[in-house]
Amino acid sequence: MAEIRVMREDLRPPSSPPRRHFISIKDVTRDDVERLLATARTLERSMQREVKKLPTLKGRLVINVFYESSTRTSSSFELAAKRLSADTMSIKSSGSSVDKGESLKDTAITLGAYDPDVIVIRHPQIGAPNLVARVTEAHVVNAGDGKHQHPTQALLDLYTMREELGRVEGLHVAIVGDVLHSRVARSLIQALALMGGHVTLVGPPALLPRGVEAMGCEATTDISAIAGADVVYVLRMQRERMQEGANYVPSLREYAARWGVTPERLRPGQKVMHPGPMNRGVEIDPRVADHADALIETQVRAGLVTRMAVLYDLLTSGPIEVKTESVLEVA
Amino acid sequence: MLFVKDASKENIVVRGARVIDPGEGVDAVLDVRVDDGVIAALGQNLDTNSHHVLDGEGLVLAPAFVDPHVHLRTPGREDEETIASGTAAAAAGGYCAILAMPNTDPVVDSAATLGSLIEAARTEAEVPVGFLAAITKGQAGAELTEMGELAAAGAVGFSDDGVPVAAPGLMRRALQYGAVTGRRIALHCEERTLSRDGQMHEGEVSAELGFAGYPSVAESLMVERDLALAAYERQPLHLLHLSAWESVQALRRARGEGVKATAEVTPHHLCLTDEAIRSLDPNLKMNPPLRSASDRTALIEGLKDGTITAVATDHAPHARHEKEVPFEAAPFGVTGLETAFAALYTHLVEPGLIPLEVVLERMSAGPARAYGLDEPRIAVGSAANLVLLDLNASYRIAEESFRSRSVNSWLLGETVKGKVRATIAAGRLAYTT
Repeated sequence: MAEIRVMREDLRPPSSPPRRHFISIKDVTRDDVERLLATARTLERSMQREVKKLPTLKGRLVINVFYESSTRTSSSFELAAKRLSADTMSIKSSGSSVDKGESLKDTAITLGAYDPDVIVIRHPQIGAPNLVARVTEAHVVNAGDGKHQHPTQALLDLYTMREELGRVEGLHVAIVGDVLHSRVARSLIQALALMGGHVTLVGPPALLPRGVEAMGCEATTDISAIAGADVVYVLRMQRERMQEGANYVPSLREYAARWGVTPERLRPGQKVMHPGPMNRGVEIDPRVADHADALIETQVRAGLVTRMAVLYDLLTSGPIEVKTESVLEVA
Repeated sequence: MLFVKDASKENIVVRGARVIDPGEGVDAVLDVRVDDGVIAALGQNLDTNSHHVLDGEGLVLAPAFVDPHVHLRTPGREDEETIASGTAAAAAGGYCAILAMPNTDPVVDSAATLGSLIEAARTEAEVPVGFLAAITKGQAGAELTEMGELAAAGAVGFSDDGVPVAAPGLMRRALQYGAVTGRRIALHCEERTLSRDGQMHEGEVSAELGFAGYPSVAESLMVERDLALAAYERQPLHLLHLSAWESVQALRRARGEGVKATAEVTPHHLCLTDEAIRSLDPNLKMNPPLRSASDRTALIEGLKDGTITAVATDHAPHARHEKEVPFEAAPFGVTGLETAFAALYTHLVEPGLIPLEVVLERMSAGPARAYGLDEPRIAVGSAANLVLLDLNASYRIAEESFRSRSVNSWLLGETVKGKVRATIAAGRLAYTT
């Protein structure tokens, strides 16, 4: 992961690993992803025990700062930190000084004064986590910045694919819908490219960003292109990003008719994923969402263990010893 | 049309510099003597006559620069720049004249507002400054300003810079009426239904980073419209800060057909591409945005072949706290007065992309001609407008060195080559280091 020089290195405990961040898929190598997925798998096994809490990050402070509404990402980060025995604090933009017009820089400096080990941030603007990394000394984890990146979502999606299909390398994934406004799509395209997967983007012309093929994928407006994919990854039609008069598509009704993922458009056995929250009847037919081939609930479970793995990886000096499960024994 | 504070003209001899004036066809090691603010002699071993002597050995002496596009933020945002600080920055950048845009608060759209700026310039401007007035009242794009009165009051030209004149019919009227004033109309070309909320050039980098795209065609479509109107009305116009290759193509074609159009390009569009925005640095956010490598190449070619005749900084100061935010929340604009020559020398002249003489011409005589101002010349009898340049000086751009009140420079932290050692503007030694 990207290392950033710590300005007051001398004030940190000598045992601390170098400060790292997880802001973009570009921050990690294939080895990093393999290690994180292996750690997540070990953690998932430990989650099957009756007492699920691990002492690993006792005494550490993880602050979650959410400037956008979120159910699964914020809850899974909070639970991930708690399961690892870290202290956690959650700040939401409404009801905080953000409501009073405080700048992101000042909010970050304020939170940084508590010496958090990790700041998890979600923000509607691209680059907000980079700014937090510049003005605090915490490890920064991006929980979604505007339309840019959502790297832990990509990690949990890789984890889900590997658990369900046994591999990521060589897998053909069709990503369907509003790619233009999707940080989930950007992170996933990069993550699959990194791990040797094959991506086809499918959506209305105005929602496929011009030049996106340079990220290492194909793009088409033809929904029948999903037929050849092992996994159909359905993106949410983000109504809140559809500004008045933008005319990306004439209507959601027309979108659903042309690009909605319906049973008729799928082959038997094709797996379906969705980052949530779903608009049933728009981008995904309810029969698809509720079918056994839909991995949506698996994704949510994977979200918890992969986020635990990210926190664990950032705050321990070395990779988890996958073989010695005793490391994870409950004290 | 240019205003500067009253100061005694000086007696100076610049000794032993390599004198380059592309307009005069001069490139030789000479002494230059300035008597009472006017160039009095060029030659070898000139008498100093107890004049102030500037040692030019190993340095280049050229006609001082003219910046046709600066934002002085006065009135309204004096925390970001003032006439005093902006013209001091200009002097440090080697400029003997700058033109200020009228998109202030309030907008310069009345003789009263213009008059107050001229009065202030007469007491605080370190180098001569000219003021453009708005084309439309409040830059609202609905009603023409009283251009005749504004021209008589001293406006150097007219522009709604920052916003386009959206309605073609109004644009036509502005060209027609502007002709009566004899002043240039300068246009910010942007079709806003295409640029929308665009944050950067639409292309591979915006696709990857997720920023809303501001496509090239948003500029070039408006360039084509304005050139068509200029051709139809047989009136001259000046195109501000071109960024796209399609715009350069359209301008080249129109000039070939006899349209009297001039254009400018900024150092940042000549030196950078949209790849730089991967750093997410808000000091790389400007309008028009940094574009692709092929756009940059077309701009360099256009500047070289004379399709584009002026370098303009589009110096746009912004308060520190307004730029220390995520990219999308930051305002458009970067500073440039104090770094323009070094940027072009480092990124274009040293790598051999463009000859030094062309850069010197496009930073001085080219922009002066575009607005009908006297071209700075190194010739006996001309007012002394001179810049002394050290091409070998290598240094790091640091916040502390800026005379501008704002530090939103895209070059912060970069090591550059080429330093202004002295600026003589309108016969006065305005800057020396």
